[in-house]
Amino acid sequence: MSTLTLRQEPPERLDLLHVTPLSLRGLSEAEAARLPVGTGRRGLTLGDCFTLALDGSDDLVIEGGSSRLDRVGAALSGGRIRVVGDVGQRLGAGMQSGSVTVTGSAGPFAGSGATGGTITIEGDAGDHAGGAVYAAKAGLDGATLVIHGAAGDYLGDRMRRGLILVGRAGAYAGARMIAGTIAAMHLGDHPGFGMRRGTILAGGVGALSPSFVETGTHDLVFLRLLARSLRPLSPAHADLAAGALTRYSGDLATLGKGEVWVAAA
Amino acid sequence: MTDLTLNGIPVIDTFAEAFDVAGTAIIITNDTPKWAMIAATVMTGFATSVIGCGAEAGIDCELSPEETPDGRPGVRVLLFGFEPNGLKDQLLKRVGQCILTCPGTACYAGVDGPTKIKLGGAIRYFGDGFAVAKRLTDPVTGKARRYWRIPVMDGEFLCEDFVRAVDGAVGGGNLLFLGRKHADTLKVAEIAVEAARAVPGAILPFPGGIVRSGSKVGARTKGMMASTNDAYCPTLKGRAGTELSAEVGVVLEIVIDALTSDGVAESMRAALHAATEAGAAHGLVAVTAGNYGGNLGRHHYHLKNLLSKEPGSEAGAA
Repeated sequence: MSTLTLRQEPPERLDLLHVTPLSLRGLSEAEAARLPVGTGRRGLTLGDCFTLALDGSDDLVIEGGSSRLDRVGAALSGGRIRVVGDVGQRLGAGMQSGSVTVTGSAGPFAGSGATGGTITIEGDAGDHAGGAVYAAKAGLDGATLVIHGAAGDYLGDRMRRGLILVGRAGAYAGARMIAGTIAAMHLGDHPGFGMRRGTILAGGVGALSPSFVETGTHDLVFLRLLARSLRPLSPAHADLAAGALTRYSGDLATLGKGEVWVAAA
Repeated sequence: MTDLTLNGIPVIDTFAEAFDVAGTAIIITNDTPKWAMIAATVMTGFATSVIGCGAEAGIDCELSPEETPDGRPGVRVLLFGFEPNGLKDQLLKRVGQCILTCPGTACYAGVDGPTKIKLGGAIRYFGDGFAVAKRLTDPVTGKARRYWRIPVMDGEFLCEDFVRAVDGAVGGGNLLFLGRKHADTLKVAEIAVEAARAVPGAILPFPGGIVRSGSKVGARTKGMMASTNDAYCPTLKGRAGTELSAEVGVVLEIVIDALTSDGVAESMRAALHAATEAGAAHGLVAVTAGNYGGNLGRHHYHLKNLLSKEPGSEAGAA
C-alpha cells in the first residue's frame, strides 16, 4: 500500500489527475515527488505537498484530505484510492474502473463522466455530483457513485448510465437525465426536471414538476431486480425499492420515458 | 444380435448417432410456479423435431425463487436448432408469442456461451417506442445485465437484452425399447424418460419424451427426405430387412438433446439403466439405438460404453 501524507493545507488548489496507483507504479519516490500538481504559478510538485511512501501496489492512501485536492482518482483505470479526509472538485471524474473512497466530503462534480468503477463518499458531496461539467455531453456514465451523506443540487444532472446512491440530495436531482438510476432517501424539489429516460427512486421528494404524471402503484418485476441489485450496496435503499411505491412518469416536457418512484404515503 | 446384457435385458451392440446443434437456455419466471410452467409448456409446444417444427425444445427443470434472477419461481427451458440463425428465429417467435403474451412472465438468459442472440433487444419493438432498457448489476455475479421493460396491459414484460447460444450442444441421442405389449413397453419408456430428464441440461422433445414414429433417411416415395423406420415396425416383421424378432410387438424410442455431449451420454446412461431395471417386469425384449451408419452425425454413443453406471469416455466424436 502506497501512502501520500499531506503535510499541511495546500496554498493553492492541487490537481491530482496524474496521481494514481498505476501512474505511480513505475516511479521512484524521488521521481514521483517531482510530479507537478500545482495549479498556480508556484510550480508545486507532489513532494512539496506530500510525504511519499510508495511500494508499487494497487492501493494508494492519501492521508489528510483537503477541499483543495481536485480530480482525485480522475481517469482512474484500475486500483484503489482511499482518501482519509476531504477532497475538492471532480472526484473520480472520467474514471473507468477501480475504486475511490473518501472518508470525508467531496466538492462539486464528483463522478462526472465516470464510465466504470465505484466512487464512495462517506461524508457529503457538493452540487452536480454525478452531473455533467459545462459543455459535457453526460454526467455519470456507467460508474457507481455512493454518497453516504447528503448531496447538493443537480445530483446526476445529465447522467447517462450507472447508479447513484445517496442519503439526501437537493433540488433538481436527475435533471436532464439521459438514463441511469438514482436512489435516495430524500430528494429536494423538481427531481428529474427535463429527464428523458432513467429511474429515480426516493423515500420522499419536494415539489414535483407539473410535467410529471402519476401512473399509480405497480408491482413490477423491474423493482425486484432493482432491490436485489441495491441490497449489497445499501439495504436501506433496497428496502425502499421493495416497499410500496407510487410511480410518476416524465418528464413529459421532453421524451417522457423517465420515472420517479416515491415511497407511498 | 448380441451377447451384451444389462439387468438381464439384452442390449444390442450398436450406437446412437447424434448431431451438432445450436442450443440455448432461457429462464421463465412468474409469480407462481403454475404460471411459469404454463408459459414454459406453451413455448415448448410443437417443438418435437427441428425438421418439421424449426426447433426442438423442452423443459429442463423447475427453479426455486432462490435460483432465479428476480426471486420468483421459474422454469428453465432448452431450445435447439440446426444453427444459431435458425435458433434465433425460433426463439424470437416463441418468446414473442408464448412468453410475452403470458400474464406475469419475465424472461432471462439461462446459460452462458460464446454466441449472442438478441432477444429483448428485438422484442422491444412491440413496445412501440415506449420500451426502456435498464442495466442493473447482478448481485450474484457482480456483472451488469441489461433488460428491456416493455409496457403491456398487466404492467411490464421484462426480458433480458440478449441470451447466449452454447458451443457443443448435441441433438439426437436415442434409445429404442423393443417390447412385447404396448402398455408394458410404454411404461418402460416412461421410466426411462423420467431418468433421462433428471440429468441437468438435457431434454426429450417428443410427446412425453417418447416417439413411436422413428424414421429412416429417404423413402420409396420420390421427394421424401425421411420415412418410417420399417425395420422396426412390428407389422412389417418377417419381411427382408426387419430388425425385430418374432416376440417383439411394439417399439418405442426416446430422443435426447442436451447442451453438452456429456449430457447426452449421461442422459442415455440413466435411461438405459432405468429401463433395463424395470424391463424384466414389463416384458422388455431388448434395447437398441438408432443410427444412420455413422456417416451423418459425428457423435456416436455406443451402448456397450453405457453399461457401467459410472461416467466414462464414451461421449464424443467417433
